[in-house]
Amino acid sequence: MIRINCPVCGLRNETEFTYGADANVQRPEMGEEDTQPWVDYVFNRENPRGWHREYWHHAQGCRQWLVLERNTLTHEIGSCQLARGVEA
Amino acid sequence: MTKYSALSVFRHALNGNKNWARAWRDPEPKTEYDVVIVGGGGHGLATAYYLAKEHGITNVAVVEKGWLGGGNTGRNTTIVRSNYMMPGNTMFYERSMKLWENLSQDLNYNVMISQRGQYNLCHSPGQMDAARRRGNIMRANGIDAELFDRAEVRRRLPYLDYSEKARFPIHGAIFQSRAGTARHDAVAWGFARGADSHGVDILQQREVTGYLWDRGRITGVQTNRGDIRAKKVALCVAGHSGHLAKMAGLRLPIETHSLQAFVTEPYKPLVDTVISFGAAHFYISQSDKGGLVLGGDLDMYNSYAQRGGLPIVEHTLASAKALMPSVSRLKLLRHWAGVMDMSMDGSPFITKTPVEGLYLNGGWCYGGFKATPASGWCFAHTIVKDEPHEDNAEFRLDRFNRGYQIDEKGMGPQPNAH
Repeated sequence: MIRINCPVCGLRNETEFTYGADANVQRPEMGEEDTQPWVDYVFNRENPRGWHREYWHHAQGCRQWLVLERNTLTHEIGSCQLARGVEA
Repeated sequence: MTKYSALSVFRHALNGNKNWARAWRDPEPKTEYDVVIVGGGGHGLATAYYLAKEHGITNVAVVEKGWLGGGNTGRNTTIVRSNYMMPGNTMFYERSMKLWENLSQDLNYNVMISQRGQYNLCHSPGQMDAARRRGNIMRANGIDAELFDRAEVRRRLPYLDYSEKARFPIHGAIFQSRAGTARHDAVAWGFARGADSHGVDILQQREVTGYLWDRGRITGVQTNRGDIRAKKVALCVAGHSGHLAKMAGLRLPIETHSLQAFVTEPYKPLVDTVISFGAAHFYISQSDKGGLVLGGDLDMYNSYAQRGGLPIVEHTLASAKALMPSVSRLKLLRHWAGVMDMSMDGSPFITKTPVEGLYLNGGWCYGGFKATPASGWCFAHTIVKDEPHEDNAEFRLDRFNRGYQIDEKGMGPQPNAH
């Protein structure tokens, strides 16, 4: 069981949360006309073996979106912040 | 290679089974090969086999970081089927089904294919409509499919929950009678023995750590036990495709997720077919040893850990209980996880890559095992001809740039939703 340290609610079980997505992808500027940056944004991923920044939703808690650092090899948990406070 | 036969089994039994020759060699690598295949699972070994058998290319090595079939080949739930309806998928999986039907004879190795049939249950009128559409597409392509109503499903599968209390009432099912199961380890071993007999070198305990380059072209692999030069390098490392592609400077439309499977204690014959629940991601069959084999949903977050979390254990067993209440007293014997290449549209890649000399076979999501023979067959064709066969023509990386995703489930670019 992964346990996530929600900045609002404290340490809670993973079952309260919903995994969102990779938090590293950045949307291109809306005026971007080249298609490749959009393809990269929508489809292509770093998919690292190791530390990964990702969005989680505390769906059955404070309902805030969080940015969590988690190791994809060991499931070790790093820092957890409110997504609205994190530079995209 | 000595041919296996009933007579050889009998003769060796008389000698106490002491004189069986080993099924494949353990050679020292040559300095250069025509093709180096990275990954000694079913797909890599099948690719080597068909390179040799169909194209006469025998100067081939399969490089494996662990042991043969120790990754997803040995971790799946052994189901084979060809009930796909999207153009690009349908005929590819049907090629696989046809190769499965004759695979034991072709390899002279018993892969224990058992065409016991597979039911996809429907739990609403809408699901029945979708199943009817899928079945019609399959039949239009010459693939067998039957649609059963509730009464017929109940007659055939009396042990499911048809009570008033059933959480998801069974409205019917779509059935493919040629689907079934195969013995997954035997598939890896059979292809390994077949490839080896054509002269392919199988190099185990050798991990690829990088590539050899010459003016922007890949000309071999670096391994933890020395470099091996190759005219072409072919990746069959699903689960780790992203990792090996990154070493070549590629970003893929793939995330790696872990998928769990379970087996119960052995039980008397009960489930003589394969049943997929339509209300949650769950399927069940029974192995020849008697254990019920259960498969469930992804853990939902990216993972290379090859072990699953407890919430999915609970979710899978709740699904099992909702579908088939009688399983509740069985104990689980084992559970394990494999790491899946979850692609952005749920469909795989068998293709050249933008890097000269590098070929990719990956993105198999949940469904790599059933694809094993056709995957090897089509990948061998792609490597030799430098262009895809008709059956894997759509499994290209640039389908996302062109807007030609093959999204069988219609989920959009969300890897854990496929």
